[in-house]
Amino acid sequence: MGLHRRRPGRPGSIATRRRERWALALLACLSLLMPLAAPAATGPAKADAGVSSPDLEERVRDVASELRCVVCQNLSVADSPSDLAKEMRNLIRELLQQGKSREEIKAYFVSRYGDFVLLEPPKRGFNLLVWGLPFAALLVGACGVYLVAKRWTERGHQAAPPLDPAYAERVRRELKEREGRAGS
Amino acid sequence: MSWKKALIPLACVPLIILLAYGFRTDPKAIPSPLVEKAAPGFRIAIYDGDDLSLEGLKGKPVVLNFWASWCYPACYEEAPLLEATWWKYKDQGLMMVGVDIQDKEANAREFMGRFNFTFPNGPDPGSKVSIDYGVYGVPETFFIDRQGRITYKHVGGLTPELIEEQVRAILKER
Repeated sequence: MGLHRRRPGRPGSIATRRRERWALALLACLSLLMPLAAPAATGPAKADAGVSSPDLEERVRDVASELRCVVCQNLSVADSPSDLAKEMRNLIRELLQQGKSREEIKAYFVSRYGDFVLLEPPKRGFNLLVWGLPFAALLVGACGVYLVAKRWTERGHQAAPPLDPAYAERVRRELKEREGRAGS
Repeated sequence: MSWKKALIPLACVPLIILLAYGFRTDPKAIPSPLVEKAAPGFRIAIYDGDDLSLEGLKGKPVVLNFWASWCYPACYEEAPLLEATWWKYKDQGLMMVGVDIQDKEANAREFMGRFNFTFPNGPDPGSKVSIDYGVYGVPETFFIDRQGRITYKHVGGLTPELIEEQVRAILKER
């Protein structure tokens, strides 16, 4: 029976094909939505932190986690053990105590170090490529997966080449012989 | 069918352009947003005890150098150059200021003594001046004209040609 299922020549009904196409389209859509779901899940937590009144250290960490430690490799000011990052955290604390907002503090660091200091590049100009390319690549990839899968399923539905009657007769005869041997 | 075959190499073109741009750009070269802008004001306590502020140097071209005794070899290589340039141009009104960052006073004094620094140098407690100037390493040097505008920022050790050219530029501007 297993052999039968794997045989490529078995044509499926129109309804089955339609169902398969819908499943493929759904799969492609889901693969597109997956990365969007992750930031959406973390979003509210961040917003809550801003609404409630966290203590000063939490607010320092909050701002520092968005700034790049300028003497490190891909570490935030919040996570870096370097002396300069420590001084930056102290400065953030001081600025917060002076009543400066998170955006004002970030703007101050950008005015000194440029956009480089932001761990998340601002969504403008050339930076848009950084934001747009992963989604574009994902879209192209999903289309590619859909097309390839479609081609495979269509190939699967192609009719099998006609069976040689002589060969079919031989198989039938040998099977009968074998059954006869088994029965005796 | 032929346009489909051409699609794959065509799709690679923007990727190649992007990679060419990326590989030709020096990731360590971070352009300072302070160049061509007014130099942030500062006040430092000079090692001999006096206070020095940028405000007090109004009208003078200034070379502002950030260094540290632990910055080897770049700071050691450029130190004699700084002292020599200071002697060469101080009579023409040039001001040279050294900001010693994240250092121990004893080590800093030993460094200044080794190179016979005569221009004012002072520590930067809390790295406030360094952060205000967007310093991310040592040595870094800022050239400030008579109007208090940063004309050039150099990251790394200075060369005789570079300091000469930049000092002449800030001396020339009236």
